[in-house]
Amino acid sequence: MCDQCGCAATPDVVRIADHQGAVSMRPVSARSVEILTGILDANDRAAAHNRAHLGRHGILAVNLMSSPGSGKTSLLEQTIDAVDGRFRIAVIEGDLETENDARRIRAKGVPAVQITTGQTCHLDAQMVHDALHALNLDAIDVLLIENVGNLVCPASFDRGQHANVALLAVTEGDDKPAKYPTMFRGADLIMLSKIDLLDVLGDFSPAKAEAHVRALANPAEIMRTSARRPETLAPWIAWLETRLAHSRAAV
Amino acid sequence: MHELSVCQSLLREVERAAAANGSRDVTRIVVAIGPLAGVDGALLARAFDVARGGTIAAHAALDIEALPVRVRCRICAAETQTPANRLLCGRCASWQVDLRSGAELLLKRVEMTVEADAAASAS
Repeated sequence: MCDQCGCAATPDVVRIADHQGAVSMRPVSARSVEILTGILDANDRAAAHNRAHLGRHGILAVNLMSSPGSGKTSLLEQTIDAVDGRFRIAVIEGDLETENDARRIRAKGVPAVQITTGQTCHLDAQMVHDALHALNLDAIDVLLIENVGNLVCPASFDRGQHANVALLAVTEGDDKPAKYPTMFRGADLIMLSKIDLLDVLGDFSPAKAEAHVRALANPAEIMRTSARRPETLAPWIAWLETRLAHSRAAV
Repeated sequence: MHELSVCQSLLREVERAAAANGSRDVTRIVVAIGPLAGVDGALLARAFDVARGGTIAAHAALDIEALPVRVRCRICAAETQTPANRLLCGRCASWQVDLRSGAELLLKRVEMTVEADAAASAS
């Protein structure tokens, strides 16, 4: 019986009001449909589109992730100086608010698009897609995407990058990979940043940090870098050059 | 938190499934989440309460199945269940393992009511 008016409707009949307010009685059936698709499939398709689009231009796209304040923007600034024009860099900056980071990059003479996400804690594929429209892809070799500083949310969204880099500053705990396994399991390269502070602090063990990464079944290379010691960036620049050669060869 | 974004993606997939079956009323949604998807089930459930308003799933129940983390060892070939932050072989403790399950973020099933006319035309 209908619980609103006491009519004789049985449970397999539903009252459907059309746009004119008329009510019809039609039989309904319950249906259970097996789906088995990824909840983020739409984002993954947009990411694949980005990757293909970047790939056609021979661009290497690298996504940088870390806690806030572990040195992503400083790394980018020093990377631009160290590369010194040998390949052309562009940067996409993700933050909740402000153009500050994009300004720092533009001051180095490199194109930068700032995505201000408002309250959103990560960059997704659509945001990166929109940002790509603001860049001249024929004038870029390496696209560096600085994600929102956050060890949780950015790990769940593909953006169309070719590689993920996670920074872990030695001012943080060496057990961060054990605390944030999704982030550090998915990293293709891990940088122990602010390495110049290692001896000053004394309580961060690079060996323990590496053991935590390996316990995530991640064989990623672990580099020790400091934006204040440009010579420590040489392996990172070489890593970018090797990857860039692959991206160009695949066009 | 990103669970609200995940919820909005979920509802788009649910709306797609409902449309494909000619339904305007979703009654139950079943998702499966592995610990390594980086999505918290309890937060997803709370986000769903907010996100479903005004959608085809406004009155739907959300069932969340938690999947285990399972790895297969490349050294000894054993398949074992592990904690999310310790993906070591349960038999020989090697870290050279492949993830078999645990990173899923899946829409498994949608239950809905279908009007007889629509049921006839969609099937």
